[in-house]
Amino acid sequence: MVSNLDVVKKDGRARTGGPGITIRDVGIGFDGYQAVSDINLDIDDGEFICVLGPSGCGKSTLLMALAGFIAPNQGSLRLGGAEVTGPDPELGVVFQSSEALFDWLTVRQNVAFGPRMRGLPRARRQEIVDEYLGLVGLRHTADKYPSQLSGGMRQRVQIARVLANQPKVVLMDEPFGALDAQTREVMQGELDRIWRTHRCTVVFVTHDIDEAILLADRVVVMSAGPAARIKSSYRVDLPRPRQEGSAAFAELRNSLRADIGEEVRKSLRAQGADIEGAPA
Amino acid sequence: MTALVDGAAPRVRLRPGTGAKRLRGAALTLLTVLIGLAGWELVAWWYGPALAASPAETLRAGIDLARSGALGDAIVASTRRILLGWGLGVVVGAPVGILMGRVNVVRRLLDPYIEFFRFIPPVAFVTLAIVWFGIGEASKVILIFYTSVFIVTINTIAGVLAIDESKLRAAASLGANRWQTLHAIVLPATVPHIVTAARLAMGNSFLTIVSAEIVAADTGIGALIWQSRNYGRVDWIFLGIIVLGALGFTCDRLIRILAGRLLRRYGVKM
Repeated sequence: MVSNLDVVKKDGRARTGGPGITIRDVGIGFDGYQAVSDINLDIDDGEFICVLGPSGCGKSTLLMALAGFIAPNQGSLRLGGAEVTGPDPELGVVFQSSEALFDWLTVRQNVAFGPRMRGLPRARRQEIVDEYLGLVGLRHTADKYPSQLSGGMRQRVQIARVLANQPKVVLMDEPFGALDAQTREVMQGELDRIWRTHRCTVVFVTHDIDEAILLADRVVVMSAGPAARIKSSYRVDLPRPRQEGSAAFAELRNSLRADIGEEVRKSLRAQGADIEGAPA
Repeated sequence: MTALVDGAAPRVRLRPGTGAKRLRGAALTLLTVLIGLAGWELVAWWYGPALAASPAETLRAGIDLARSGALGDAIVASTRRILLGWGLGVVVGAPVGILMGRVNVVRRLLDPYIEFFRFIPPVAFVTLAIVWFGIGEASKVILIFYTSVFIVTINTIAGVLAIDESKLRAAASLGANRWQTLHAIVLPATVPHIVTAARLAMGNSFLTIVSAEIVAADTGIGALIWQSRNYGRVDWIFLGIIVLGALGFTCDRLIRILAGRLLRRYGVKM
């Protein structure tokens, strides 16, 4: 499957830390509404990026465009130099809702879905499924159905299902947004562990500032929509696994909170709300 | 009331309560059936034997016709027509519905016909069916098929359109092509709607079988009812009606039990 050229390209990227994903002047709009515009972002191979922003700013829309589900109406999205033209097994997606799981299939069959679609032989599929179920700690529930699992476990299944396809990039759309606080914390730790053992490029959309700082190499903040852009970008150089208590963590949190707070106020004001705060 | 101090006690006492509840449910069903029979008896007495048959007379007619074999033949003939036509309706309607729900061109092409014919009752086609397909089984089976297929198609389309977008997107990004998405995601996700559609279509089939057997059928429950008119046998008409109801009930129960057993993992709840 992998040609020599691919290997060379992969090596080249790894050496230079070159762009895994290139987003150039991207705008996405539909029905006369421009959700985001002029987005420029380079994401390195193996980088963990969190996209933060006020609700409704179009961060999920941007992610869905990256996944190939929506075509941008301006600019270009590239994965390793090739234009993203549609859904692609190289671009795995973890959705917020566990509705994305296939309820009539067991956990094992859900995780085996990608390999099955690619036509891998049964024995190889079995190996892959065992490996990734082990990675997310779900081997004991392999023969259960998603409806028999808790919310946190269902999201683990989604993560295992995506990783079983060995994608270059994993796109995560508020994957822990529907979980309770305790479970979310556990899942964040798990994801951090999985990502460290299993480096791949991750684009993670969230509105949770702490979550972004816990997980990301770089946090990108989007402005309020319509025509949302990238407002600012923060590199997070804290050692992993990260603790929320440290001074550096708190400092970053304050900057992000101020940044996003400003955008939230802007968006509320745009909707006609009468709120206090420095005008933009 | 004062005895319920211990919080756990009432919960324990609830268990035998559920058994009693079930018994009470069965008693209520029995009661309403008995009231129905009594009402029927009253109506039969009021109108007299020329216009209505009492439960006892209907039972006697049933025993007579069962002895002669006519009742068994009628049940077998009608059931066979219904199962054939209905089965065909489900087997054709479900895939057509899935294609219409997923492929815009197919939808555009077939929608006008579905939206036109579903308003025309099968009884309107009885004469044409006999002229075109003969007086044999074909015309009856086709009428039952006709009454089943649109309702299955329309419900299947609704099922396809109700599939969560994230499922379809997940399948696409996991590498499923159009065809794989159709049979590995769309079909299984639509199963509960198809089962509901099949049950509705079964109801329609029973509504249609009597008109399908109006003309040129020598056996079948519909034929029994129509021929009874010629002989002035009100008790046979009553028998036909009761058998039709009982048979429909049985068929629906069978679908529910089978679907509940075999299709449980597709989210079919019965």
